[in-house]
Amino acid sequence: MKVLDKKRPKILKIVNQPIPKRDGKKLVTGAAVYTDDLAPRDALIVKILRSKHHFAEILNIDTEKAEKIEGVECILTYKDVPDVRITRAGQTFPEPSPLDWKILDNYVRYIGDEVAVIAARNEEQADKAMRLIKVDYRVIEPVLDYKTAVQSKSIVHFEKDSRVNYDIGFEPEKNIASHLHFDIGDYEKGFRESEIILEREYETQATNPAMMEPVTTYTYMDEYDRMTVVSATQVPFHVRRMIANSLNIPTSRVRVKKPRIGGGFGLKQTAASEFFPALVTLKTGKAAKIYYSRKEVFLATTRRHPFLMKVKIGANRDGKIKAFDFEAISDTGAFGEHASTVIEACAEKSMAMYNKVDGYRFDATAVYTNLPSSGAFRGYGKTQGLFAVESIVNELAKEIGMDPTELRKMNLIKKGENLLLGTNHVYEDDIIRQDSCELDFLIDRGKELINWDENYPGKDMGNGKFRGVGMALSIQASGVLNIDSASATLKFNSDGFFTLLISATDMGTGCDTILSQMAAETLQVPLENIVVYAADTDVTPYDDGSYASSSTYVTGRAVVEASETIIEKLKKEVSEISHTKIDEIEYDNGVFAWGEDSISLKDLGYRLNCRQVMATGSHTCSKEAPPYKSGFALVEVDTETGKVDVLEFAGVVDCGTVINSNLCTVQTQGGILQGIGMALYEDINHDFAGREMNDSFMTYKIPTRKDSPKIMVDFAKSYEPTGPYGAKSIGEVVINAAAPAIADAIYNAIGVRFRKLPITPEKVFFALNK
Amino acid sequence: MIINLNINGSNIKVEVKEDEYLSETLRNNGCKSVKRGCDKSTCGACTVLVDGIPVLSCSYFSHRAEGKSITTLEGVIEEAEKLGEHIINEGADQCGFCTPSLALTTISMKRELGNPTEEDIKHYINGNLCRCTGYEAQMKGIKKYLEVE
Repeated sequence: MKVLDKKRPKILKIVNQPIPKRDGKKLVTGAAVYTDDLAPRDALIVKILRSKHHFAEILNIDTEKAEKIEGVECILTYKDVPDVRITRAGQTFPEPSPLDWKILDNYVRYIGDEVAVIAARNEEQADKAMRLIKVDYRVIEPVLDYKTAVQSKSIVHFEKDSRVNYDIGFEPEKNIASHLHFDIGDYEKGFRESEIILEREYETQATNPAMMEPVTTYTYMDEYDRMTVVSATQVPFHVRRMIANSLNIPTSRVRVKKPRIGGGFGLKQTAASEFFPALVTLKTGKAAKIYYSRKEVFLATTRRHPFLMKVKIGANRDGKIKAFDFEAISDTGAFGEHASTVIEACAEKSMAMYNKVDGYRFDATAVYTNLPSSGAFRGYGKTQGLFAVESIVNELAKEIGMDPTELRKMNLIKKGENLLLGTNHVYEDDIIRQDSCELDFLIDRGKELINWDENYPGKDMGNGKFRGVGMALSIQASGVLNIDSASATLKFNSDGFFTLLISATDMGTGCDTILSQMAAETLQVPLENIVVYAADTDVTPYDDGSYASSSTYVTGRAVVEASETIIEKLKKEVSEISHTKIDEIEYDNGVFAWGEDSISLKDLGYRLNCRQVMATGSHTCSKEAPPYKSGFALVEVDTETGKVDVLEFAGVVDCGTVINSNLCTVQTQGGILQGIGMALYEDINHDFAGREMNDSFMTYKIPTRKDSPKIMVDFAKSYEPTGPYGAKSIGEVVINAAAPAIADAIYNAIGVRFRKLPITPEKVFFALNK
Repeated sequence: MIINLNINGSNIKVEVKEDEYLSETLRNNGCKSVKRGCDKSTCGACTVLVDGIPVLSCSYFSHRAEGKSITTLEGVIEEAEKLGEHIINEGADQCGFCTPSLALTTISMKRELGNPTEEDIKHYINGNLCRCTGYEAQMKGIKKYLEVE
């Protein structure tokens, strides 16, 4: 394993500084930088006629009247699309998700599923046409309850042509999209020898990532008659492949660009809107645009997989945890996007911090239902799994009368120790050893911030309100081991500045900024001398995209490598110019020096006008370097109304070196608030007929400013030797731990244990007034 | 129908549909700082000032603005840059999609309230949703801009 910067740079000038986000000025002043701001004004407006039924066969679509509406360019149905099934999940080829989706199908599988694509000169015409399309359906009994989906007589994916790229336990005839089962160590012995065994059931709900910019795409044929897709996507290269495959055109004929992205949180890792304008552009040769309404974002994109989890923990009375057993069912909805990898992520990390157990068993099934598809959402299975595991550890602490922070310290993984396993069952010491892990500090600092010793467990405020504190821990990954890959290209320009070409997708995370910081630091130039550009599949080098917490750790390594390489290449140029041996040339702060002579990057830039010096660095994630976080909540429960207020929340993070303290702090605060939303109110419910009730910000509540508690954030001094400048990931680890910490704080306030999220006032009220 | 609008100080005649919302009219006329986040007046991203009062332009018919003065962030760009600098320095811009409307609402608050308390600020801008930041850093930046302790 190559370890970067063996000699740690003593003084970091640009990395580890609170540098303002480089696109910040234009973003805050409202510049036209997002997909819809840039779309051509004459683009056809694309609208989708969506299914009103959970599950039905389309017997006939009559578009005759609709087509006569003035301005209507085309109306496309399942008869107009290639007979190809793909997955919309933005994953590295070969995708783990089942290939079970078609642009338009003659079966609809959820309310909101696409029936017809309408393109018109304006929205009004498209809407008018949509109302005139007549569809005859044969309604089929839907599968609405994921807990019983396996026993259902209805089969969501009965078609013969849905398939998988490799074995993920795909059994569509039983409504199973994926099944995962494994055990490690002697978990049976662990349970046999346990003095206490707890068995509990936990449930997490469907939640929507609810980024502020809806899903949007526009497309056009360029001057070379190639399909150009401009989209708010986290995964440009995956979209390129999906568009080519689903439309049956060569990948070389597709170009995907992403402008600024108004948030993603995983939702934009699954292609929702891209196919429809692309289909229209391919059919008509004209530019086309789609902009999802918020309702469509709720109904027809992806949400967090709901999980039902049965967890068993075995331990000794002194607090030593000996074994876990974890069984889960997850609802993948109408399509299997991210079905297998979400349960896998849950399996590999949810119990990973307790590495001293004899073993554990894991068994999970992701099932199809006739509800909107689940997909990626910050935390990706770990959020669900950690709610159950951290909750049961808290319950164990209560059961044996131990402080949960002390119980954890006895059992946690320490720096230098191994995880029980790595992603895809990797067991090599080098890979699963934790070279950075500051869990003890995370706990101690969190206790200080929340004033644990004074507040634990809770107190009666005397006015019908009760306060309590609770805590939990979080772990995530930094990229997907042996899969996540990224490249970065540096181009040396006249006047001595560099262009950094990347395909990591800054959706507000600030990766354009922090990757520029790494390049500037390595190249020893001011940040202004790095021009960053991302992402365009014709121009920028391959990157899986920004997901799985990979941009800092994986793309960062590629950037550092490209920077080191280009310095060597420039030295070679200087050696030719100066007739000096390469090893006699020193590079320091933008100047190459040899003997008494030197040349600055600026001068070299002009000297090299006739030669383009470029360098590309590539990196594949090859180490388990998970970030960790502790979460501590102080809550107040109003027993009269059942309302829970989070008064304070402390999040302490071990993300290795903090590349940009401002951006890491704000990501942590934002992730914690999303976690609070999930814990207390975010929920997608269905009415008696299975129709979604939460399809706007009126009915799906995300935290507002007034709901936001005091959020305290701190970072461990930590250094991950395999990370760029010692960094690990930050994006996802910060959402976990909020829900189990809050659930435990509520227990410590009022003595009632909630195992099903969200913990709404109604649930609290009824629990108190049984 | 043709309506007369004053957009950021310029009088213009615009052709609009009867059921057209002001957010669409403004975006069609180059004011891209006006964002569409929800179409249901629930997220705040489309906030503009009509005769100096913040309104949600995604649910305000364009013809209602006949003869009125409309300010978008493009019209107060110097002030936006001042406030923006504080927000950027806190790292509170993140995806940026909600920030233009937040900035405009804050500028309007400064004009209206002069010297608001933290509670006043939270109340005034509570309708401007943000999903990235957790609000804390935005608040810090806004307080620095307003010179609130």
